[in-house]
Amino acid sequence: MSDDRKPTELPAPRASTPRLPLRTALAAQVSRTAAALSRATGRGDGSVIGGRLGMMIDPDLLARLADGREIALVSGTNGKTTTTRFTAAAVGVLGDVATNSFGANMPTGHTSALARAGDTRYAVLEVDEHYLPQVIKATLPKVVALLNLSRDQLDRAKEVAMMAQLWRDALDAYPAVHVVANADDPMVVYAVGDHPPARITWFSAGQRWQDDSHVCPACGGHIERWSDGGWFCGNGDLRRPEPQWRLADGKVVDADGVAHEVPLQLPGTVNLGNAATALAVAARFGVRTADGIPRLATVASVAGRYAQVDRDGRLIRLLLAKNPASWLEAFDMADDAPTLLSINARDPDGLDTSWLYDVDFSPLRGRQVLVTGDRAMDLAVRLEINEVPFSHVRTFGDAVAAVPPGRLEVIANYTAFQDIRAELDRVV
Amino acid sequence: MSELTIVWVYPDLLSTYGDRGNMLILHRRALARGIPARTVEVRSDEKLPAHGDIYLIGGGEDGPQASAAERLIADGGLHRAAADRAVIFAVCAGYQLLGSSFFAKGEKCAGLGLVDLHSDRGPSRAVGELAGDIAPELGLPPLTGFENHGGRTHLGAGVRPLATVTTGVGNDSVGEGVWAGTILGTYAHGPALARNPALADLLLRWATGEENLAPLDETWTGRLRAERLAAVGRS
Ligand SMILES: [Zn+2]
Repeated sequence: MSDDRKPTELPAPRASTPRLPLRTALAAQVSRTAAALSRATGRGDGSVIGGRLGMMIDPDLLARLADGREIALVSGTNGKTTTTRFTAAAVGVLGDVATNSFGANMPTGHTSALARAGDTRYAVLEVDEHYLPQVIKATLPKVVALLNLSRDQLDRAKEVAMMAQLWRDALDAYPAVHVVANADDPMVVYAVGDHPPARITWFSAGQRWQDDSHVCPACGGHIERWSDGGWFCGNGDLRRPEPQWRLADGKVVDADGVAHEVPLQLPGTVNLGNAATALAVAARFGVRTADGIPRLATVASVAGRYAQVDRDGRLIRLLLAKNPASWLEAFDMADDAPTLLSINARDPDGLDTSWLYDVDFSPLRGRQVLVTGDRAMDLAVRLEINEVPFSHVRTFGDAVAAVPPGRLEVIANYTAFQDIRAELDRVV
Repeated sequence: MSELTIVWVYPDLLSTYGDRGNMLILHRRALARGIPARTVEVRSDEKLPAHGDIYLIGGGEDGPQASAAERLIADGGLHRAAADRAVIFAVCAGYQLLGSSFFAKGEKCAGLGLVDLHSDRGPSRAVGELAGDIAPELGLPPLTGFENHGGRTHLGAGVRPLATVTTGVGNDSVGEGVWAGTILGTYAHGPALARNPALADLLLRWATGEENLAPLDETWTGRLRAERLAAVGRS
């Protein structure tokens, strides 16, 4: 596919598998087979290996598989897996939706998701923030949702402002894309840049984390904040846009100002914000908000997150917290109940645990707190300084044994979360 | 001194590596000894207070590092504090700022010139565990930390490294950090004072003039240190 392809008008729904060039068809077939093999041999869910093999055969495979579909991309540091899941559920009102529900959010994962889904008119894809420009170019999406940008994985992430610039340059080249963007995050507002106003939907979902946006990404000046969530750059070059979608009194207010009750199984204000974003994206596909809402209530867990498992009378709930912003969110979602914290520092987590000091653990005071994981000692020293009493347990099983019957909240970073999920028999 | 004042310099620009931790640790370890103490966070558009006892400067990316250097030079407060022999503890980008020059975004930038050192770009990024033996006169156990920096730092003839590297890169794979009077610089995050409580107490002794600080319960810090040093083959 050439780079100058522009987004097209809505294609007619297709009844049969699209005709792909032989090489592409072969690549898609290999991709599906490898993914099935990988799953069958228990080496993972197969989405990455399948996509990688397929792309070796046809590097344009993602673009070819995307061709003719109406696609939404969802990117940001936090909340993208849940928002993708919600969006796919809401767009599902219109028909089958391809989505990378296993969190494989790089181009190989997208290729695999589209190949596996076969012929669907719609696709909703979670995109790792580093890959967003590349995936916009390959898939020519109808909608791109920009959730937030904050620090993640200290020892390898790009500077937050550099990421905002990367997004801005990418969107500049595709003015026809509709952007659904977070008005509360100065980094996101900067990334949207001079996009045509008619192709922007601003939302406000109550962002908590602000430590990465003290400095204006446009000029390096100070971002000043009002207590009501408003903000502006002191030098006048960036300010909070008026959001069309927002949260008010526990409800989602849509672009027409209509307030909707949105009953969810997933906990916390953060997830209500994710739901609002998903409904705003789905609205761009023509989904009526009242029709989308019941779909969101069917989502009970997201790749094991929020899933509740009964083990020996303990009702265990898993929350993933992979960076300072998402730790604050996890404390907000967790019940006032015994809480296990687990920290690793393997490659996918980032090797540097210094970020523990960017998180205020004091909301946990008064709860029974247990610590485990490869880096439990870093956590122990952090909690001691934060004056949060805790005890150390060697294994997840020991943690379950150490708490009374009833709710056990588990908050863990990426690989620690995967370890515990594996112990709980890969609940999905 | 009626109250120990711990000043965190420019958290809006230099706090990439959990640098708040160093402030929290000093504060807590002072209070635990009955030393009255307070913390002051000074944004980069505010004037640095002249009478702090300990000044902390953290890590940051290139852009904020260059802005911080410009503002600190214009402010002059850190120069006055150093002339009054205040204690300064600087980490990573903040450490490089102490010297005469450093590189940010491919350009040579003027530093504060508080210590005779300068920094340039290394052949590759230094990322990983950092360990070393601290200058013996300071009488401290081994240094442990995590480093992540592209720069290399060269010390002038009159100043000494804080430690001799046993794992990682530090300044130049031989020396790590700097010790000059009551100024310490290091590439170690972790944060450094979480992994090296004896270093925190050294800063407190310098700032208060107390030769002996009451021992604290080091159960968890001891276990953390043992684990991190064992991970690099040291005991
Ligand atoms: Zn500005």
